[in-house]
Amino acid sequence: MEVGVLAIQGDFAEHIAVLGKLGVKAREIRLPEQMASLDALIIPGGESTTLSRLMTIYNLREPLQKMAAEGRAIWGTCAGMIMLSREITEQDPIPLGIMDIGVQRNAFGRQVDSFEQALNVTILGPDLFHAIFIRAPVIIRVGEGVDVLAALDAKRPVAVQQGRLLATSFHPELTDDYRFHSYFLELARGNGSSPNVQKAGSESGSSSDSSGNGPR
Amino acid sequence: MVEVLTGTFTVKAGQAQMLKGGVIMDVVNAEQAKIAAEAGAVAVMALERVPADIRADGGVARMSDPSMICEIMDAVSIPVMAKVRIGHFVEAQILESLGVDYIDESEVLTPADELHHIWKQDFKVPFVCGCRNLGEALRRISEGAAMIRTKGEAGTGDVVEAVRHMRSVQDSIRKLQTMPDDEMVVEARDLQVSLDLLTKTREMGRMPVVNFAAGGVATPADAALMMQLGADGVFVGSGVFKSGDPARRAYAIVQAVTHYNDPKILAEVSKGLGEAMVGISVKSLPDEELLAARSR
Repeated sequence: MEVGVLAIQGDFAEHIAVLGKLGVKAREIRLPEQMASLDALIIPGGESTTLSRLMTIYNLREPLQKMAAEGRAIWGTCAGMIMLSREITEQDPIPLGIMDIGVQRNAFGRQVDSFEQALNVTILGPDLFHAIFIRAPVIIRVGEGVDVLAALDAKRPVAVQQGRLLATSFHPELTDDYRFHSYFLELARGNGSSPNVQKAGSESGSSSDSSGNGPR
Repeated sequence: MVEVLTGTFTVKAGQAQMLKGGVIMDVVNAEQAKIAAEAGAVAVMALERVPADIRADGGVARMSDPSMICEIMDAVSIPVMAKVRIGHFVEAQILESLGVDYIDESEVLTPADELHHIWKQDFKVPFVCGCRNLGEALRRISEGAAMIRTKGEAGTGDVVEAVRHMRSVQDSIRKLQTMPDDEMVVEARDLQVSLDLLTKTREMGRMPVVNFAAGGVATPADAALMMQLGADGVFVGSGVFKSGDPARRAYAIVQAVTHYNDPKILAEVSKGLGEAMVGISVKSLPDEELLAARSR
């Protein structure tokens, strides 16, 4: 299986390192011609405005949209999630429109508001997932056919799946917990069926209690 | 109760990880900040005068006016950094209260303390600090810096010092890779760093935090040079807005950092950029005008 990590900007090396520990040698992707044979691709964390500019100049938008249309697996973390979305609350950057979600950038404030929090992610098993949110975006609209995998509370999903597309507000690549990467590889291999999880707005969406504990 | 942790070293260092492969540009007003963001900068450094002007003007260089920093924070959605004088922890407290995303404890400003740096672990806002070698870098990390950059020689447009500092850091890390355990204590003593942090650096085989190049980068080729030497990204100070066509040059340097290993693309983005900043050869500067030597 061929896995790539979009390497135009951001923490692509961290994703490649985690995939390496899972026995997958991932390639750095910077140009459209490097994408043709990929089975799966990760769009890493970074600065979404920068990613957007570089995707446009180097004609990466169309091949990325084609990958999604062909049912190949794509996962976006943080800025990657912003790029996968259909719409964002600002004019800039211009998202790819691949996933049927709406996203708000910098939803928690500035860097001093960045935070870590344990999340309940049902598809990964009973152990909480330690999630790292850095100037993180949040999902404000979840379309039909999009499953919520984790949320801070009923109104704030932070991990979603649509078929073989995955998006997280936070950064599993910054932790030693490889379950999200393993899950993504299973999806890419065609083993990950649609998750049996709560829909947005349900009560069971948050970690351990759902009293709306966001960052302070 | 769900525990929500803010201001941890993980989120401070993690912010720098998100800047990797990117360009951070010095800007002196909201208009320049917008040009930088439009060109694809991953962050901007808000300051009243770029290093070339600080160098030309002389006198004491201090933290910028908070109103100017706030204007820039309002103008762009990318992270905004700002500089404080070395050791001036009150300037840092002020910037933290403004909500800047990163503080540069910078030798470009006139040091407020010639012995001590800021104890950065006490802050929620992350810090970046300059270094000339691995010893300086690891000392800054011990104090709490979550990101490192080479000092280079700011405001000159001469990349020679940034190259020297990056090579020095990489050389020291390579040396650690083959160093037997029983020589590590002496190495830690020579570098004036803790054995624990030195051992961690050896295990990681790289700087334990994100390491950018800074100080003298003026062209796309300079930026790519620093990336090939092992930088995680690049700061461009005077190089963009002291050039003939800042928007175009900014855009070109952003592309050069992404495609640093592709000479064909580097050639393409280097075409027709107009005048680079005039520049001063570091060799022509008297010792007392060298900014990099201001802290250890």
